[in-house]
Amino acid sequence: MNAISQAENKALARAVLELDVNNHAGVMSHVVSMFSRRAYNVEGILCMPVGNGSTSRVWLMVNEDGRLEQMVKQLEKLEDVLAVRRHGAEHEVFERLAEFFR
Amino acid sequence: MAMQTTETLTGAQIVVRLLERQGVRTLSGIPGGAILPIYDALSQSTLIHHVLARHEQGAGFIAQGMARATGLPAVCLASSGPGATNLLTAIADAKLDSIPLVAITGQVPKAMIGTDAFQEVDTYGLTIPITKHNFLVNSADDLLEVIPRAFRLAASGRPGPVLVDIPKDVQNQSIEVSEWPQPGVADPMPAPDAELIARAAAMINEAERPMLYLGGGVVHSGASELAVALAEKAGLPTVMTLMALGAMPVDHALSLGMLGMHGARCTNFALDECDLLIAVGARFDDRATGKVAAFCPQAKIIHIDIDPAELGKIKAAHVGIAGDVKAVLKMLSPEVDAQLRKRWLSHVASLKAAHPLRMPGIDDPRTHYGLIRAVADCLDDEATIATDVGQHQMWVAQAYPLRRPRQWLTSGGLGTMGFGLPAAIGAALAEPERTVVCFTGDGSILMNVQEFVTAAEEGVNVKVILMNNASLGLVFQQQTMFYGERIFASKFKGQPDFIKVAEGFGFATVDLDKESDPRAALAAALSSHGPTLIHASIDMREQVLPMVAPGAANKDMIGG
Ligand SMILES: Cc1ncc(C[n+]2csc(CCOP(=O)(O)OP(=O)(O)O)c2C)c(N)n1
Repeated sequence: MNAISQAENKALARAVLELDVNNHAGVMSHVVSMFSRRAYNVEGILCMPVGNGSTSRVWLMVNEDGRLEQMVKQLEKLEDVLAVRRHGAEHEVFERLAEFFR
Repeated sequence: MAMQTTETLTGAQIVVRLLERQGVRTLSGIPGGAILPIYDALSQSTLIHHVLARHEQGAGFIAQGMARATGLPAVCLASSGPGATNLLTAIADAKLDSIPLVAITGQVPKAMIGTDAFQEVDTYGLTIPITKHNFLVNSADDLLEVIPRAFRLAASGRPGPVLVDIPKDVQNQSIEVSEWPQPGVADPMPAPDAELIARAAAMINEAERPMLYLGGGVVHSGASELAVALAEKAGLPTVMTLMALGAMPVDHALSLGMLGMHGARCTNFALDECDLLIAVGARFDDRATGKVAAFCPQAKIIHIDIDPAELGKIKAAHVGIAGDVKAVLKMLSPEVDAQLRKRWLSHVASLKAAHPLRMPGIDDPRTHYGLIRAVADCLDDEATIATDVGQHQMWVAQAYPLRRPRQWLTSGGLGTMGFGLPAAIGAALAEPERTVVCFTGDGSILMNVQEFVTAAEEGVNVKVILMNNASLGLVFQQQTMFYGERIFASKFKGQPDFIKVAEGFGFATVDLDKESDPRAALAAALSSHGPTLIHASIDMREQVLPMVAPGAANKDMIGG
């Protein structure tokens, strides 16, 4: 988590990205490698298949950062990423998940 | 899908058949255990010529040379493990320069993946960040979809490398094939936004000091003629990135040649003064822009690129147009007013006169610039010019009169020493009617020196011009300029006898140092057919000038 303390980290603005992706081995690697190669930490990840399982939905919680717009464009270029939607930190998916981390 | 008679084929045979159907006639690689089924099938192909490289990196760059010369996806093959890892540099190089490449690798059988089997490496994982897309193929059936798709992806939009990793059992699996997929071709691009184009045209029409900044995308898109026509119509002084050289003939009245780190003073000065920068298929690379905040500080920016992620990546554009630059220029040109722009063009002409690119020794073939010019004097625009990486590369970029798109093959983004010889071989294989010249250095040539024998075996018309300064010249220059002349690890203590080395590999040779009439010797060597090494000594202290120090503003050039 770089040199940022936990407290500072909490204070940072968050964004939630919602991705529709093809569901096969390696897709998650493609997605997270976009962030890791830029030393851009992913704070939270959630992924589940949808419908018949041929696609999945990935939720990523990341810090708001000047690079986020570029990240979204790069994600959109990935062959296995079908759509990217950007939400604010208020999105409830991670809040509800937080229950499991208590 | 067209109906055909049913055949029982192995995955390996399917791969070869799909490559044939794709129109692949030459490919390069090195066999090994995990790709032997494909090699066995390839041995039965009467259509495909396999060029045996002597290192997989060589195979990758041979394929790149074919792709760069023709614009079509080219293929390289390697086995699993070390075969695949040896390909990585050539793949990464293709990614940074947007070259359509299809790399096919063998993998250990599926059941052994993840067991640290002999020559198992995670090729899929290793190539995620350096490919446009990659596949680990699960079944022979999947090949029917994956192989055409790999070609489609490599060629579509912004071109790039695609890797297909095929486990050995998938290559050996027999299936019935009754219909074949269509070959993969580039997807059509959506039409560019007409309203943005109208805004761009208005900006060009209103600008007083506009400049056109061409990047490699202009070459990839086949838009060079349109770009030149736009420049002529609207009176736009034009600069090119390293990747775009040849898009506009350097001796065109509107050309200011290459911009950036080793651009002429007049070029960087003109950019410093422009009030509108029209970037076409260019990505604001740091070697082109210098310190970004100080790049074209007075200019509004129109940015046209096929890759939407490039718009605003480095510099925010006032108008950003996503689209194939050829389609965009086609729509833009009619909306742009014809203008003479006498004031701005005469000012640029005065900058050119006051601060030209200085090329001392240009008339003396025993100097670096003079040698490059003497080579050009022996050839016409049909020749293809490849380089390695270092001072020689920059000198050729500055001094060679490049006039044709795809005439110029150089490793721009990755800057890979060892690129030149195999890329030249690939270009010569793809276009055997051309003379292919490879300017190289005594450092770079040794990085893929083994491909001398590939060139000799294939009898390609490659002329290697070795500019021997007994050093890693560009490093020597940087240590001289920026590290207090502490020359370390850049001066060679031992050097091979390059003439003997090349002869040993089966090359004809000429040592210009020993020729009383170097021009005549050059003319003879360049007009003969077949692989030839032309060796010339260069003074170690010669520098590439002018130079913008890394991180400095382009207007603060050193020397020149
Ligand atoms: C594979 C690789 N390793 C290291 C470098 C760093 N590098 C850039 S230029 C250069 C020297 C090149 O020497 P040479 O080929 O003799 O060309 P010269 O500069 O002398 O013309 C080096 C080491 C590189 N570009 N590529």
